[in-house]
Amino acid sequence: MAAVRRRTMLKGVGGMAALGVSALALTRFDTPDREQDPEKCFAEDVSDTQKRLVISNWVEYIDEDDGDYVSTLTQFERDTGIDVRYTADVNDNNEFFAKVSNQLGSCSSSKRDLFALTDWMAARMIQVGWIQKLDAANVPNLHANIIDSLKAPAWDPKREYSAPWQSGLTGIAYNKAKVGEIKSFEELLTRKDLKGRISMLTEMQDTMGLMLMVAGVSPDDFTDDEWQNAIDRLRKARDDGQVRSFTGNSYVQDLAAGNIVACEAWSGDIANSGDENLVWIPPEEGIMIWADNMLVPNLATHQANAERWIDYYYQPEVAAKLAAYNSYICPVKGAQEAMEEVDPEQVENDLIFPSSETLAKTRRFMALDEAKMRDYQKDFADVTSS
Amino acid sequence: MTSTAGVPPVSTHDTTAVKPRGRKLTGYWLILPGAIWLGLFFVIPFYSLVSASLYDPAGSVLTGYEMTWHVANFADAIGQYKVQIGRSLLYAGSATALCLVIGYVLAYAIAFKSGRWKNLMLVLVIAPFFTSFLLRTLSWKLILADDGWVVDTAQALHLTNVLNLIGLTSTDDRLLATPFAVIAGLTYNFLPFMVLPLYASLEKVDIRLIEASSDLYASPIRGFFKVTFPLSLPGVVAGTLLTFIPAAGDYINAELLGDTNTRMVGNVIQNLFTAQGDYAAAGALSVTLMVIIVGAVLVYVRTAGTEELV
Repeated sequence: MAAVRRRTMLKGVGGMAALGVSALALTRFDTPDREQDPEKCFAEDVSDTQKRLVISNWVEYIDEDDGDYVSTLTQFERDTGIDVRYTADVNDNNEFFAKVSNQLGSCSSSKRDLFALTDWMAARMIQVGWIQKLDAANVPNLHANIIDSLKAPAWDPKREYSAPWQSGLTGIAYNKAKVGEIKSFEELLTRKDLKGRISMLTEMQDTMGLMLMVAGVSPDDFTDDEWQNAIDRLRKARDDGQVRSFTGNSYVQDLAAGNIVACEAWSGDIANSGDENLVWIPPEEGIMIWADNMLVPNLATHQANAERWIDYYYQPEVAAKLAAYNSYICPVKGAQEAMEEVDPEQVENDLIFPSSETLAKTRRFMALDEAKMRDYQKDFADVTSS
Repeated sequence: MTSTAGVPPVSTHDTTAVKPRGRKLTGYWLILPGAIWLGLFFVIPFYSLVSASLYDPAGSVLTGYEMTWHVANFADAIGQYKVQIGRSLLYAGSATALCLVIGYVLAYAIAFKSGRWKNLMLVLVIAPFFTSFLLRTLSWKLILADDGWVVDTAQALHLTNVLNLIGLTSTDDRLLATPFAVIAGLTYNFLPFMVLPLYASLEKVDIRLIEASSDLYASPIRGFFKVTFPLSLPGVVAGTLLTFIPAAGDYINAELLGDTNTRMVGNVIQNLFTAQGDYAAAGALSVTLMVIIVGAVLVYVRTAGTEELV
């Protein structure tokens, strides 16, 4: 009897101990505050001795060597002798944020010298101190040539931390061989012949900006009620089976394959696709405008090389060559004149050098503080991913 | 001088004394690599996950999360995502049932009827693994494309109408981006995990027992259900577990082959972790899924009554 009791007691004590240890262990996994100070968290610049530059950018966002055509990247390597390791591994702002947040948030290296993110995400990263200041003396072309509309965003008024890679518009694309003309974003939500054959973007600012405009609300100034109505409208479109998917860059393949016939789309992608049946149009309600910004993260070891890269792309001739390939809005003054030499057909391309009428129809998304941003992201993700 | 004289007896004494103890320790040494592995890659992540499920939801990735025993995360997560949890179990269950039917026929054919083709057929079962999981799933997207010949044929044969009637596809006669495509994708991707354990079990079945059943006037069907199937039960249990568990947590198939109304719990967790950075809800949902699966497996294994799995 005594032996049994002793064993039971031992078991009990062991169990309690295990529970106690477990409970203690559970408190060891808190996540730290991710804010950093770029003036304390930086690495020695080895650009002079190590001619290398590691870049992450969005998919299909740069010209490539093709026969006799020498890409802007290859030309940069030839001019400077810098070995550029360019990876197209940005597909979505949030996804990229998740990829680097553990490193940059704990002041360890992201192994990159430069990456490009959209305005709101660039603003967020600068705000939490993950981004290094650029040396203005190293990027004279940037400050001399950046177009006026991009010169002074609220989150980086002097462009001390960031330099736009390209700017672009969010509107509608459709396959004209498969479906009749589409003029407005509202048609995507209501037309019966488009049911289950449209896609929208996972970028909250783009999709919700257009949804707000459908309701006649300006995305740069709206109330919580107006936001909620727009979210409800989007949820209804999803529940009705009108929206087939919410995607990142991959919508181009679905559009070309005929799985979707119309979608929310970024301006340059469609021109890039080379498919004549695919057209991009500005919706009647208005257009969203954005820019993707080059940023040098903390602990980048080749900042001077990155600055050379930025300065190189802010030469009008180089910018024109890149824009001719990308068909996105060129952020560089003088590129339109330089385009006469590069590709005369593109000089009047409204996607690269938008007219003032087009620009008048563009809207930016309201600046949000971190808490508001989270609430809105959550509302939006509840619709797009569940 | 004394040492040279003393050495031999000491060394013999040592070897005889150490031998049994060394043998005893060998077992522990052999466990060590596995224990370290489990500690690093199971125990610590497990605690981290459970801890995340109890984070204070007021935190964020940027300001940090704190573990505050916030058990309400579970009620919130289950309340908000019960549809996706149910859908995951339904899809995974359907795929497992389909795998069992298809896989059993295949494994039976390989084990008893393939003759000299046996090895080739086994290689063919594994052959899809030579290509990446992601690529194979993407290929299904091409095959089932709205304008592809598969959909055209299915429409001509009115198969899509039948699928519409039982609610597996939507009313506009497509296959891609429907529950049908997601379940088919799961079935396709996990079939080898069903076939191989089934084959291993069936292969061990003593053929004389089946002959004996027919000697005792059992019809082939009766013989199958009284002899072959019960003997293959360990394979059935192992196969269904290996299929159901990963299928319930899968998100690639729903992501690539489904639409906005076929999202599974894996998709929700992935989105909560990466896009929203909501570790508390993502953790709670992951733990919930784990508890549901472990519970279901325990009940299932008890009911099936097979302690040894293969």
